[in-house]
Amino acid sequence: MPVVSNVTCPVCGSFCDDIEITVKNDVIVKVKNACAMGEAKFLNYASHRQTKPLIRKNGELVEVSLKEAVQKAAEILASAKYPILYGWSNTSCEAIRVGLELAEEVGGVIDNTSTVCHGPSILSIQDIGISSCTLGQLRHRADLIFYWGSNPWSAHPRHIDRYTTFAEGRFQKSAWRGYLSRLTGILSKKRLHRAVNLGLGRQTPSPPETELRLPSTLLQNKRKMIVVDVRKTRSAEIADYFLQVKPNKDYELLQALRMLVRDEELDVDKVTGIPVETLEEIVEIMIGCELGILFFGLGLTMSQGKHRNIDAALSLVRDLNRRTKFLIMPMRGHFNVTGVNVVFTWQTGYPYAVDFSHGYPRYNPGETSVVDILCRGESDAALVVASDPVAHFPNVAAQKLVEKPLVVIDPQVTPTSIMADVVIPSAFVGIEVEGTAYRMDHVPLPLKKVVEPPTTCLSDKEVLQKILGEVRRLRRNHN
Amino acid sequence: MTQLIIKNGFVYDPLNGIDGEKMDIFTSNGRVVEKVAEKQAKVIDASGMIVMPGGVDIHCHIAGGEVNAGRLLRPEDHFRDVETKTPLTRSGVGRSIPSTFTTGYRYARMGYTTLMNPAMAALEARHTHEELNDTPMVDKATYPLLGDWWFVLEYLRDDMIEECAAHVSWMMTATKGYAIKIVNPGGLEAWGFGNNVRDLYDSVPHFNITPEEIIRGLCKVNKLLNMPHTIHVHTNNLGKPGNYLTALDTMKCVENLASEERPVIHITHCQFCAFKGSDWNTLKSGAEEISKYVNNHSHVTLDMGQVIFTDTTTMTADGPFQYILYQLSGNKWVNHDVETETSAGIVPFRYKRKSFVHATQWSIGLELALLVQDPWRIYLTTDHPNGGPFTSYPKIISWLMSQVAREKMLKKINKRARKNSLLPSIEREYSFYEMATITRAGQARALGLEQKGHLGLGADADIAIYNINPELVDASKKYKRVRDAFQEAAFTIKGGEIVVRDGQVVKSVSGKTFWVNPQVSSTADITSNMKRKFREYWTVEFENYPVPESYLGTSCSIPVEAKV
Amino acid sequence: MPKLKVSLLTGRTINQGKGKEQGKLSEEYQNSVSICQMDPEDIKLLKVRENANVKVTTDFGSVIVKAVKSKRAPHSGVVFIPYGPWASVLANPKTHGTGMPSLKGEIAEIEPAITEKVLSLQELLRTCFRR
Repeated sequence: MPVVSNVTCPVCGSFCDDIEITVKNDVIVKVKNACAMGEAKFLNYASHRQTKPLIRKNGELVEVSLKEAVQKAAEILASAKYPILYGWSNTSCEAIRVGLELAEEVGGVIDNTSTVCHGPSILSIQDIGISSCTLGQLRHRADLIFYWGSNPWSAHPRHIDRYTTFAEGRFQKSAWRGYLSRLTGILSKKRLHRAVNLGLGRQTPSPPETELRLPSTLLQNKRKMIVVDVRKTRSAEIADYFLQVKPNKDYELLQALRMLVRDEELDVDKVTGIPVETLEEIVEIMIGCELGILFFGLGLTMSQGKHRNIDAALSLVRDLNRRTKFLIMPMRGHFNVTGVNVVFTWQTGYPYAVDFSHGYPRYNPGETSVVDILCRGESDAALVVASDPVAHFPNVAAQKLVEKPLVVIDPQVTPTSIMADVVIPSAFVGIEVEGTAYRMDHVPLPLKKVVEPPTTCLSDKEVLQKILGEVRRLRRNHN
Repeated sequence: MTQLIIKNGFVYDPLNGIDGEKMDIFTSNGRVVEKVAEKQAKVIDASGMIVMPGGVDIHCHIAGGEVNAGRLLRPEDHFRDVETKTPLTRSGVGRSIPSTFTTGYRYARMGYTTLMNPAMAALEARHTHEELNDTPMVDKATYPLLGDWWFVLEYLRDDMIEECAAHVSWMMTATKGYAIKIVNPGGLEAWGFGNNVRDLYDSVPHFNITPEEIIRGLCKVNKLLNMPHTIHVHTNNLGKPGNYLTALDTMKCVENLASEERPVIHITHCQFCAFKGSDWNTLKSGAEEISKYVNNHSHVTLDMGQVIFTDTTTMTADGPFQYILYQLSGNKWVNHDVETETSAGIVPFRYKRKSFVHATQWSIGLELALLVQDPWRIYLTTDHPNGGPFTSYPKIISWLMSQVAREKMLKKINKRARKNSLLPSIEREYSFYEMATITRAGQARALGLEQKGHLGLGADADIAIYNINPELVDASKKYKRVRDAFQEAAFTIKGGEIVVRDGQVVKSVSGKTFWVNPQVSSTADITSNMKRKFREYWTVEFENYPVPESYLGTSCSIPVEAKV
Repeated sequence: MPKLKVSLLTGRTINQGKGKEQGKLSEEYQNSVSICQMDPEDIKLLKVRENANVKVTTDFGSVIVKAVKSKRAPHSGVVFIPYGPWASVLANPKTHGTGMPSLKGEIAEIEPAITEKVLSLQELLRTCFRR
């Protein structure tokens, strides 16, 4: 059976590129090296699938020819005054390029999922800058790894293994062994706890999560990992140290650390419940490291303070560079959400929320961002590509999206495609068609084709090109 | 098949020794030809105008990770300057880091047709090429950053020049690159842990090699591979007072590798490494010393890296330098270190006339261009956008062509800088012929681009026509007229087609991407060796690293016969 | 009936990530995102058993989900619903000028709803969007 190796995994922002896929009769039968999410995608992508275009007629979605669907989609977009073109982070850069051209042609607003994801991180980077790197730099050099408001074990399952704590580097060794012994410790502690409870016939309250005295491993001269989060995630369990922050209190904690890094006095005893002495010890470790990295997730961008939280995190890391080398990186979610920001930026100057209604790119998140436009009820049509806003936007916004003509291009059946007026099923990029995508650290990699798409499914890029061609034709005839 | 006759222009074609001669130029099928029949051809009346080969820019940051991070960082830069969509052109934003389409249009509007993107992290080569594909109107190429690549450091440390050459050759092909770019050699590896190297003789931490050995080694590699361009060097200690000595050391260290009068090293944006003095307060121009050396040695070429008094965005692969710039300015700062290869930094920056340091820098750039006697060995650049955006080239042209223009600006700059400036003592004014040399002919020759920078038979029909009459206009006095003429070409012809007319884009074309394909004998060994070490060094798989040729919009490979 | 005031977090889980790749119509997906992870002590306070249905209400909507014991306890007063259509019903659309709605740390009320059922995806969409 043919085995395709070095396949990139079109799921999360880690964008692993070492997947081995076994294909039998043009069907994927085995997946090696992928995490649970990757494997699920490669093995099940085709299981709930619509392969023919649909148009809503008399309230029901009915199958139509591709030509009719493209025609209808183009009519909707060409006649709209302020259409939204949304999604993009789960498709290839090649498709995104066409999407931008289409948005410019119809004078619409084009926005991508970072608007509801790391949008605040980008706003903050635009104010402060960012001290960052590619992931291999960390693999080779980082001896202090922070995950803040991010749970890689669940959201980016191979991240720790491939790029950070457990990766083997030129100047830093894998901390895998330390973890194994810690794991044994955790398990025996749990067992003991259970035995005590059984013996006494009652539940003892669990100990507080943040240990006030730092574990000795943090003081050793080797690679260590600290997790900061509102709850003890799977990632927190394998960390050398877990710092529990109260919900919506990240900003205080970050600013407190920043003051300590700048040798400023904190005239309180505790910050968000953590004694200042403990924070001082953590800051000592940060300053004393050879190279530190702070990964942050949606725990920071989505909670109260939003981009102000990221301001604090970026500033903390920037300030740390006076004392040592420190870097920071957002944990991007979708496999090409970084790429979508990249392509938007080189073509328009701006990473998301780009408004072409004046004939040139305009950018003002909060005004030109899609959730705000929907909530204000300003858009009069939408094209959604490779994304599921009906499931993931706040309901109030999603309802506005569904009220107006909605075109969906997606290989999957999703709540959004179920609600759409025109559905054009496409081929799965990275499985059935090729392309380019960007890993979370801006490293571009090829998306592979391992099996044939259904004959009725074109790539997102080709579907968009067809719509663009049709829109131009309609406009020419109109003038 | 388009045929053109450009009639009666004053032709400046330095590579063919043509100095303002009134003559006709014929093009057919994208090339300059001896003659075409008037009946079938389109005739451009160029009487009273200057005809030159299309402009060539040897060093401008226009595409790739670093440039795009600069775009992302600076929405405030874009708000002030937008391009609206037209039936022929895409929309975009401008100022210091224009979006890709706008970059292409604006260069073409100034009569430029070939651009060299000088800093590409090899690991992110795909990104650079994607952006180059979206940069219309011009031919282009890009230089991979190789001065801190672990393979280079290790092979040169072990004195394995031929192996090093073979690996560099692999890299050139894998990244579809054009020249060996070296930035702060050794310093970027040290920056991985937040350090830097002090000078050419400092040891690079963990690698037991010095910057001098890296430069010399890669200079030898460059010769072994028979590359069309020399090594392209951004020196150590860039942007630090006293660094003219480092620049001189850098030129000297390859002196004995030169042969047959041919240049072996290009020192880029030389203004930034021509600082004399022990600190910012005692900063002085080192242009005299540098030009003296260059005037006496034929193995060096330079480009200016001229500073413009404006708000711009600095971006280099020199991570430690950018960090210093952040500390000096307090502006926002981006850093991006790339595993096993390089780094990058970005800081917005405003050059102020009233600042002693900035005004001194402004003076140094011009002094270099005026004191280096041979216009074939210094080229007009701003290190776009580091010294200022490329759209300010016409200003520099007017300063070089007119002492009056220089004096006018001198009056407006910081007093102390004016007092120190060598400019009042320099009477030299560039002629149109010399101007054509430093903006196209010299650059094309330094790059080894045989089809570019001239209008001889068989040359690419890339031509700029400027509406200024050299017989009637005294550039020395009417420098504003010169500036305006070079800002908006009357015609730009790309590949034999009129793409710009009266400063407006009238046709959009995509342009080719050049890359060097060295023919080495040991390809198979290299591939297996690279494969073996790949997982140890990078976080991507060997097979996913090279940029396939199909990835380039219009690929144009230049095969060279290597000596390994 | 007991009611709890809680802070509502939403986010990714590995099951949601896996489920979404198996298809949004798959049972795995629907089961993985129509739950509310709670501190066991909070479940006790609601006087319901594990896996009982509860109703979660915010200023923006109200939805029935299954209360499951959090493996990440203790975090009394904090509940977690994975990203998906159920969490979206409750989400605050205000972006405060950032473009980003508020999806973490929203105030919510939670109460037992033993007699009510967790809607299927199709049913949920029909109620929300009348399509």
